Amino acid sequence: MKEIVGRKLGMTRIFSESGEAVPVTVVEAGPCPVVARRAVDKDGYEALQIGFGKVKKVRKRRTRRRGPKVLSHANQAVAGQYARAGVEPREFLREIRFDEGEIDVGSDLTVTLFNEGELVDVIGISRGLGFAGTMKRHGFSGANKTHGQSDRWRAPGSIGQCATPSRVFKGKRMSGRMGHDKVTVLKLRIVKIIEDENLMLIKGAVPGSKGSLVKVRTSNRSRNGLSK
Amino acid sequence: MHRIAQIEKSQMKEEIPRFGAGDTVKVHVRIKEGDKERIQVFQGTVIGRRGGGTGETFTVRKISQGVGVERVFPLHSPNVARIERVRRGAVRRGKLYYLRGLTGKSARIKEQLTDNTSRTKEKTKKETEE
Repeated sequence: MKEIVGRKLGMTRIFSESGEAVPVTVVEAGPCPVVARRAVDKDGYEALQIGFGKVKKVRKRRTRRRGPKVLSHANQAVAGQYARAGVEPREFLREIRFDEGEIDVGSDLTVTLFNEGELVDVIGISRGLGFAGTMKRHGFSGANKTHGQSDRWRAPGSIGQCATPSRVFKGKRMSGRMGHDKVTVLKLRIVKIIEDENLMLIKGAVPGSKGSLVKVRTSNRSRNGLSK
Repeated sequence: MHRIAQIEKSQMKEEIPRFGAGDTVKVHVRIKEGDKERIQVFQGTVIGRRGGGTGETFTVRKISQGVGVERVFPLHSPNVARIERVRRGAVRRGKLYYLRGLTGKSARIKEQLTDNTSRTKEKTKKETEE
């Protein structure tokens, strides 16, 4: 299984050789330096810890103490982890499962890990939609606009029975916070890989807003990333 | 956004003739039949252009055997081999959806013979500069 961390840049469409317009999501994936390796005998599981993105430089507030004006986003503890691998601190640190050969700590994972035409799963955090009603959140049909109704178009209707059971069942679908969930989209095809720019064009939509972090991995609904 | 624009640029045609709503155009469409490919020409009035980047499309309307036919072409599709402007139309809006309700004489569009509008003046000035 291969996996890489990237940033969703947005969507566009490109034309296939047959002239078909293909909707694609542009993902900037990698380069991700391997920061540490987790091993079964030491940590109880196999994984790679990889970094991604530029570190945010923040201007330190002026204090009485003298110090560097510009501080790295990584604090000393985190910076130490990176230093051990001989890698510049990154914006994100993530652990991935990886069983495609050995990879040295300090080396980079790049988009070349994947091939055009491969099937992948993309994991991201969906856009937060705030407090949403039942129509948007659960697809309820709402009520009549007419027939003597007023102010009840988008109401959920009854939420249960009367004296028996005289309570509302747990898990009853109602209004509430929607989005900002971890979402996995299965079996998306990689249409194109632009190696020089670390870009990956994936057919279809991918969870998250523009600029949000996504994980791309070999699809676990396919064998060897190819169609089953 | 800039990086997506770059990807789109690589997908877009470099030269597209200047045309817009009201113009009569010939669209040369590549048609694949099995492994053979041929070109078919669709001639009609452009009733609008929409979208931007790789997604830009234009709609061409013609009357075929008494029936109105509209086709929407992706401007940058490789299947649109060539666009030829046959006649320029003098129209005052960008979308000519009102033509759908009209037939015969009232559905005609006057030809733009001179560059008398300020917009076309600007355009021709640009053209001569180039």
